[in-house]
Amino acid sequence: MLSIKNLTASINGTPVLMGIDLEMKAGEIHAIMGPNGSGKSTLGKVLAGHPSYEVTGGEVLFEGQNLFDLQPDARARAGIFLGFQHPIEVPGVSNASFLRLAYNKKAEAEGRDELDPLEFDDFIHEKIKLVAMKEEFLDRSLNEGFSGGEKKRNEILQMAVLEPKLAILDELDSGLDIDAMRVLGDAVNRLQRPDRALLIITHFPRILETIHPQFVHVLSGGRILKSAGKELAVELEERGYDWVLEEAAAGGLR
Amino acid sequence: MNTTLNVVTSQEYKYGFVTDIEADSVAPGLNEDVIRFISAKKGEPEWLLEFRLKAYRHWLTMTEPDWAKVAYPKPDFQKIVYYSAPKAKTPKYASMDEVDPELKRTFEKLGVPINEQAALAGVAVDVVFDSVSVTTTYKEKLATVGIIFCSFSEAVKEHPELIKQYLGSVVPSADNFYAALNSAVFTDGSFVFIPKGVTCPMDLSTYFRINNKESGQFERTLIVAEESASVSYLEGCTAPQFDTNQLHAAVVELVALDHATIKYSTVQNWYAGDKNGVGGIFNFVTKRGLCKGKSSHISWTQVETGSAITWKYPSCILLGDDSVGEFYSVALTNHKQQADTGTKMVHIGRNTKSTIISKGISAGDSSNSYRGLVKVQPKAEGARNFSQCDSMLIGQACSASTFPYIEVQNRSARVEHEATTSKIGEEQLFYFQQRGIPAEEAISMIINGFCKDVFRELPMEFAVEATKLLSLKLEGSVG
Repeated sequence: MLSIKNLTASINGTPVLMGIDLEMKAGEIHAIMGPNGSGKSTLGKVLAGHPSYEVTGGEVLFEGQNLFDLQPDARARAGIFLGFQHPIEVPGVSNASFLRLAYNKKAEAEGRDELDPLEFDDFIHEKIKLVAMKEEFLDRSLNEGFSGGEKKRNEILQMAVLEPKLAILDELDSGLDIDAMRVLGDAVNRLQRPDRALLIITHFPRILETIHPQFVHVLSGGRILKSAGKELAVELEERGYDWVLEEAAAGGLR
Repeated sequence: MNTTLNVVTSQEYKYGFVTDIEADSVAPGLNEDVIRFISAKKGEPEWLLEFRLKAYRHWLTMTEPDWAKVAYPKPDFQKIVYYSAPKAKTPKYASMDEVDPELKRTFEKLGVPINEQAALAGVAVDVVFDSVSVTTTYKEKLATVGIIFCSFSEAVKEHPELIKQYLGSVVPSADNFYAALNSAVFTDGSFVFIPKGVTCPMDLSTYFRINNKESGQFERTLIVAEESASVSYLEGCTAPQFDTNQLHAAVVELVALDHATIKYSTVQNWYAGDKNGVGGIFNFVTKRGLCKGKSSHISWTQVETGSAITWKYPSCILLGDDSVGEFYSVALTNHKQQADTGTKMVHIGRNTKSTIISKGISAGDSSNSYRGLVKVQPKAEGARNFSQCDSMLIGQACSASTFPYIEVQNRSARVEHEATTSKIGEEQLFYFQQRGIPAEEAISMIINGFCKDVFRELPMEFAVEATKLLSLKLEGSVG
């Protein structure tokens, strides 16, 4: 589904990704972990097409298509979803109308019927159950005055509405209490299917107690230093990141 | 950097065409002879000529105001044409059939419903082309309930007593530089009179079009609502694209008597000049409403998107006890546009209330200022005002300023002022795009959300037009 080859990117001329290789197949869950400032969030933003980042080399194929041929909104409609670490607030735009426009843009691109406000109302009331969101949040302005946890809930609601092929969740657990973490983790698990893939970006291994990746990658200094199975997450929980960095330095990786 | 934001295509001003129509114009320049010429051309009574000359003589002693946060080359008042009218056999068309087909096509192109049969909207329209009212629709129908809706020139002939009573009663001829100029040389405009107890059955509308390159537009609007009457009035305007600046200096006076309501809505889309600030309309307008009676109510709603320079402060004088003044405004500036706009709420009567909601949107290299005065006079026991002034910035090169003036001379008054500044930036747009929403639609959704409190005050069709207009004006500007 996703094939990243030697991807390099920079922001304001400063390199942040120094050559990333990653292969993800449908049905897989991958976790990207690493210390702060390692380039984890950058990877998500570059894949989604954030305009501040310049891709300086490498290639990314999404379902065989060159991702960099697509504008950010076209990537989204093609099935890439980025759950933001810090979702933005938009006063005056109701959450429900935003969700409906997003839904309809994707439906239009896929040749499905768009939903009118009443149809969408039925549809969204089913979806909010999945993330245990209160109805009143639909009528409120998009993320405005939402707590950190409510914003994250809203991100996963958007994921449930858009049903992406590839979801990239950036620090989903930040700002969440244990209960909310469990609810959203369960929601994400229920959205995962054999034809979809999930990329979890996280600093803390805690979230991986709810969402179980088959593959764990340690990213630091803009490179993937180590890739292994889910047991790596356990080891990181116990030992921190330093040993991976030291091991990589000693091994002269790349 | 900022590529996504810059990619959005740029659409040109749609109404920039010139109609090739024979015009009856006076030579450029201003002196008493020109004023006498205008007055004679319109067959005016002596008292009106005196009103003009008095205003002109006073104007000669005045200087152009320079306190607004706008910079522009001062107009050369001797180069302006003060009278230009489409040439016709009769000065006023008796029916649409007599209107020059070229002129008809012009308004069709602008989407103005001047053909009553075709006007599904059920809006009565007075059409002012350069200096002259071309046609007024639904006049007879409105007359059956006693409503007068006609061009200003016609009102001078048909209802001189009303004009004499109210002209200059809200905006005196010596009020300010541009109002004095207008009082001296105004050529036409609209007159509305809603008699006691009558609720106007349809929205009334005037559509202004400047066509002549050298001509100024100086129209005069006067709306009077008698006791318990009510009316909703809409004003629209466009102008062709020229590389020189045209002057538009209008005066609008509203008078509301006891329990009367006047709702005045404007969507202003004068030509704004090109990207580099060449050409465009100088829009120097005086609009003021007088809540003369008990519980009278005047509401201004404006969507200002055009003009190179906008200098405009629709105001309410709250004279009657319990009267209410409202000002809802969206002012959008892009490229090199400059706007200094706001309102004045003068509380004189007891328990008077005013609300000010101002939304400024600046993009490109533009400058957008809100300037508002809330004044509570000593006898305005229990007066209340709420003001909210929000600015939104798009891009790095534009500016937004807020100048609130508050003068309170009564201790029982309550005045609240809130202000915010926000920004449409990369992050906001990227968020929308990441959900599959293209940049254009994202901008439009964000802007509409920002302006919602104002748009819901507009009549529905106007709100739709305003929404589209804002999106159009912002295309290619975000970045």
